[in-house]
Amino acid sequence: MNAHVSSRADDGPLLRVSSVSKSYGARTGCEDVSFELWPGEVLAVVGESGSGKTTLLNCISSRLLPTSGSVSYRMRDQTWRELYRMSEAERRFLMRTDWGFVHQNPADGLRMTVSAGANVGERLMAIGDRHYGNIRSTAIDWLGRVEIDADRIDDEPRAFSGGMRQRLQIARNLVTSPRLVFMDEPTGGLDVSVQARLLDLLRGLVADLGLAAIVVTHDLAVARLLSHRMMVMKDGRVIETGLTDRVLDDPREAYTQLLVSSILQV
Amino acid sequence: MATPLVVSEVAKGFVMHLRGGLKLPVVEDVSFSLKAGKCAVLGGPSGAGKSSILKMLYGNYGVDAGQIIVQHRGTLVDLARAAPRVVLAVRRETIGYVSQFLRTVPRVSALDVVAEPLTAAGGDRDAARDRAAALLERLNLPKTLWSLPPATFSGGEQQRVNIARGFITDHPILLLDEPTASLDAVNRQVVIDLIAEKKQAGVALLGIFHDQDVREAVADMVIDVTSFAPKRVAA
Repeated sequence: MNAHVSSRADDGPLLRVSSVSKSYGARTGCEDVSFELWPGEVLAVVGESGSGKTTLLNCISSRLLPTSGSVSYRMRDQTWRELYRMSEAERRFLMRTDWGFVHQNPADGLRMTVSAGANVGERLMAIGDRHYGNIRSTAIDWLGRVEIDADRIDDEPRAFSGGMRQRLQIARNLVTSPRLVFMDEPTGGLDVSVQARLLDLLRGLVADLGLAAIVVTHDLAVARLLSHRMMVMKDGRVIETGLTDRVLDDPREAYTQLLVSSILQV
Repeated sequence: MATPLVVSEVAKGFVMHLRGGLKLPVVEDVSFSLKAGKCAVLGGPSGAGKSSILKMLYGNYGVDAGQIIVQHRGTLVDLARAAPRVVLAVRRETIGYVSQFLRTVPRVSALDVVAEPLTAAGGDRDAARDRAAALLERLNLPKTLWSLPPATFSGGEQQRVNIARGFITDHPILLLDEPTASLDAVNRQVVIDLIAEKKQAGVALLGIFHDQDVREAVADMVIDVTSFAPKRVAA
């Protein structure tokens, strides 16, 4: 069952990644990775721990400087900018407004000692919203969309369960209407039932908002449910890529076949 | 749009890397075309490659050689080589598919599962739900189930949700993988009627039906899949 790609997908790609490599001394993080991402498209990057998928995600989301290669992004004014030629301030602004980053551990993406409402409102203030009433009502609206009761708005995320924290992190990221969201194992560490709820929520939001997203996961079921396209990584390289259900139903490479055959059937 | 889909010289095999690179040829030289308003049926015993052919046409399986040309948005697209984004657009607008098993999504109601192909293509949610309700009603799915996620439904109930989901769209091409497998006689007849209506509307259908009665009722032509069996190659 595939989420839809918005019809705006015909405008051309949103992100271009060309020959990105990252080495840590003699050790390879990721090597020679190239792909394009179109508006509304969800790309899953799968592979086991140490395959380089998180390194790749960090390189293309401006969190880690690649050793070589380039990452270009089509800005809202339609101009193409190369990520690592922007100033630090411009990159930070992009991260706060047009991009989102959902961490595996919500504590890495939230401020744990300020209220849930402030966590969501903060991103709005970063893009210049100063009206307290607007910020609060938008925050309440977003808490509702991620299924957090409005009466929890003044609680700190420390008092939230893992699943609620993750949903709050998602609200914090989506409140500025980003066009591109990076997610690093968004359902990792959650109970299965909590995972299912989060996945369903993410699936709906991504489709409704026409978001482009890059989701790093080692869970092929998550990839199946959320993504249109898949990249399989091993030893820092992309070894197979294609439509998600093609890769999962007809894996070509030995390693992909191993991954797919290792899924536990319930 | 008299011939919306042409398959020529398509070949497909599997290489099982986990079994020492064992090569399993499935089909070769697959060539046929679908006509608007007609239902073609893939015939042949289990294991002949009928499902594999459907899956190649829908993009679930890769294609080793040959072409699958489909008319999409007024242009010709070769599905054997199309980018994933194009395949998804073809699925959204041009080729529909009723699979054998429903892949359930947690928490989504049966009604929304059925309505989704319309809303995903940008259709109005309420109108889509109305059409979904009409189809589920025709397929005799008890109303009490409509608001529940189909994960806990029986095989036949899931199958009917799946059929409704496949038939709700106005795709010019519709692929059917044993849509009547777990249905009773009454609902089998509903599916036969639905197929007849699709033909009336000019849809080109391609299906696998193990049920002889259904096959005889819907088939305009039979494609013998055994004629696509791989020739033995000297090792």
